Amino acid sequence: MIAYILKRLLYAVPIALSVTVISFVLVFLAPGDPLNAIAPADAPEEVITALKSAYGLDKPVPVQYGLWLWRALQGDLGTSIASGRAVAGEVMSAVGNTFLLAGLAAGVGVTLGCILGALAGYRSGGWIDRFASTLSVIGVSIPHYWLGLVLTIVFSIWLGWFPAMGAGPGGSEAWEWNWEHFRYLILPALTMAVIPLGIITRTVRALVADMLEQEFVVALRARGLSGRAVFQHIAKNTAPTVLAVAGLQIGYLMGGSILVETVFAWPGTGFLLNTAIFQRDIPLLQGTLLVLCLIFVVLNLLVDILQPLIDPRMGR
Amino acid sequence: MKPFYKNLARWLMAAPLAFALHGSLHAETVARYGISMADIPLTTGQPDRGAGAYQFTGHTLYDPLVAWEANVGNRPGKLVPGLATDWKVNPKDQKKWTFTLRQGVKFHDGSEFKADAVVWNLDKVLNDKSPQFDAKQSAQVRPRIPSIASYKKIDDYTVEITTKEVDALFPYQLPWFLVSSPAQWEKMGKDWNKVASQPSGTGPFKLDKLVPRERADLVKNGAYWDKNRMAKTDRIVLVPIPDAMTRANALLTGQVDLIETPPPDVLPQLKASGFKIVQNVTPHVWPYHFSTLPGSPWTDIRVRKAANLAIDRDAVVQLMSGLAKPAAGQVDSTSTWFGKPTFKLGYDLKAAKALMAEAGYSKDKPLKAKVIIAQGGTGQMLSLPMNEFVQQSLAEVGIDISFEVVELENLYLHWRSGAAADMNKGKGISAINLGYVTADPFYAISRFADSKYVAPNGVNWGGYKNPKVDEALDKVRTTFDTKVQNELLSFVHQTMVDDALMLWVVHDTNPHALSPKVKEFIQAQHWFQDLTTIRM
Repeated sequence: MIAYILKRLLYAVPIALSVTVISFVLVFLAPGDPLNAIAPADAPEEVITALKSAYGLDKPVPVQYGLWLWRALQGDLGTSIASGRAVAGEVMSAVGNTFLLAGLAAGVGVTLGCILGALAGYRSGGWIDRFASTLSVIGVSIPHYWLGLVLTIVFSIWLGWFPAMGAGPGGSEAWEWNWEHFRYLILPALTMAVIPLGIITRTVRALVADMLEQEFVVALRARGLSGRAVFQHIAKNTAPTVLAVAGLQIGYLMGGSILVETVFAWPGTGFLLNTAIFQRDIPLLQGTLLVLCLIFVVLNLLVDILQPLIDPRMGR
Repeated sequence: MKPFYKNLARWLMAAPLAFALHGSLHAETVARYGISMADIPLTTGQPDRGAGAYQFTGHTLYDPLVAWEANVGNRPGKLVPGLATDWKVNPKDQKKWTFTLRQGVKFHDGSEFKADAVVWNLDKVLNDKSPQFDAKQSAQVRPRIPSIASYKKIDDYTVEITTKEVDALFPYQLPWFLVSSPAQWEKMGKDWNKVASQPSGTGPFKLDKLVPRERADLVKNGAYWDKNRMAKTDRIVLVPIPDAMTRANALLTGQVDLIETPPPDVLPQLKASGFKIVQNVTPHVWPYHFSTLPGSPWTDIRVRKAANLAIDRDAVVQLMSGLAKPAAGQVDSTSTWFGKPTFKLGYDLKAAKALMAEAGYSKDKPLKAKVIIAQGGTGQMLSLPMNEFVQQSLAEVGIDISFEVVELENLYLHWRSGAAADMNKGKGISAINLGYVTADPFYAISRFADSKYVAPNGVNWGGYKNPKVDEALDKVRTTFDTKVQNELLSFVHQTMVDDALMLWVVHDTNPHALSPKVKEFIQAQHWFQDLTTIRM
């Protein structure tokens, strides 16, 4: 088991390194000039040249990458070209905000997805199966942007139940765990929960329905095990796959949704990425992408470690 | 007569009520303003994010030496004294300008505003050897004050600025240059990034709170020097909401009290719900800037005029749900510099077709041209629908245009490079669609019409050269009589229109939507707005 964990940890190193290369190079491939973040559109050439030199953008890309990586390894992700603020601070505050949103969205999506998927798998072909299948198809196909706007129109403008945007009455810095603040989370979290809900419902439904036809389940029933005991066996056998799928989904959610966070003006990683992309703020873009990719790598690593704990065959 | 103790009891009972009433009478008034930017613009002195950002963290926190009158809406503003009470050119050497500074002005941190602060701030943006030099602020303002060659303090309240050449339009550059406190920079450890969260200017508001990408709280500066510009609201909360629909939703749900640029689709709902839409003449134009270089399909003036006659501008305004004004030239027809063009922009298909026929083209034998456009972005209005409208309109008269669609940042690159650059001419691009700010004579006229500024020396993108225009613009730079200056600028503008230098379509009107809670907001005919006029 320890050898398995060590192996997985070692695999993560080249992946993380590749992530740094890709996140650095990708932003240079995009059209536009990073100095557009700070220079007016009609800035003369001498201003552009002075800025390039001031921000080290006049150096060759591999040199810039080397310097950036060296600083990143020491926890310094540089300074945002546009705002002058430290990228690490910008990203961590956005990650915290997205964590709130993704946590609730993942909780709703995974829990409901498992319940609906299991019920649909057990009642394959019945009305609940049809309902769950329809819901999962809607979940994976509905445009988020549209759903967010519809939820806002219905629940904010027509009914006045929830705020239309923002991260609390005083902003995310003044966040408190009470209803007054929590209500700001509900609409964006519901919008974001729809995709994992759809995917997990579909996965669990297929796994449970398939598992019910397995010989070992027939044997368990033949031995007179109660329905609850049989369900426990099924749950244990489906858990590793569900965990893997849920891990990926939570990873996506942690990446923040540019569209959902923009529609709800939620100051998370998606909103930050959107700002960084439109401003060509290269240090901010690279730092955000790096942190998000590392979160994804760590989540997958956690799933890889948890899976053999549930199913020891996977650790062999 | 009632005994004393009975009266006392009555007074004691009334006192809390009186205090409560007093408290409510003096309750802080707050205006929450949903702005279209994704982040709060720079707060250190020179805001980033273009001209539209000056109203938020520029002229609220800081003052320029020469200000723009932005608290009037029924006429165009003009240059007015700011931190300088007076400015005049030296008659013996017209490159030298003397500025008399206002006395008794204090920065928000309590330090006094004097000539040293002006020189220090000029060094901050123009002298990269100075310890306070800030590349970010410099990048914002250096292109806006290109005439400054040198500067020096004469005494505590007098500064002399020397321009590179004689430039009578120089004062128009100064509303862009804002003065921040040297003492605060020292106090913040000489770190501009720290100053950003605790800035200090001389403006009508102080920054109380800054949460990046979420809000900036501006509170009234009760000790502001200009009593005519005292803030009418105690606190203005700027809330960045880049998505137009989200901004409208925030207004409809009462999360903000006013928004800029409401989406045209939502206007009927906003109006029906009691919200007020305000808009005004704004120095902006949405044009196709033609290349007049040899080989361009637009070198023939008949084609350029035909294009201008082929557009139903009222229909474009309808497309924008009324949030635009038909263009009659580069500047609005009410502008001092409009002049008397003989070529009237209008919708006249018959005349347009006749001109195209004269030039040898028709619907069956169309002229082909490629236009570079942005898919959207600041100043571009409804870029794609409007461009498609223009495309269909031009097709009617025998001009078949195709588009090269790029992101706005990329479009700027094509713009700065000029029509002759390989990235434009090499790709067959002969016109560019970019929303232009036309706030002052240089921005509205000189930079596009003067052959001195043919790209890449400036943004005379299409290489327009007209000796009469060049001569008039030379005179403008050396004429210090505003009346004569305006006459010359009018001549240049009418020549631009008569030469059909661009295809002018509409002017933006910088619309705002206000909740009924907003009792007053004076929208200036400018990108500079005065937030002190907001009254709740």
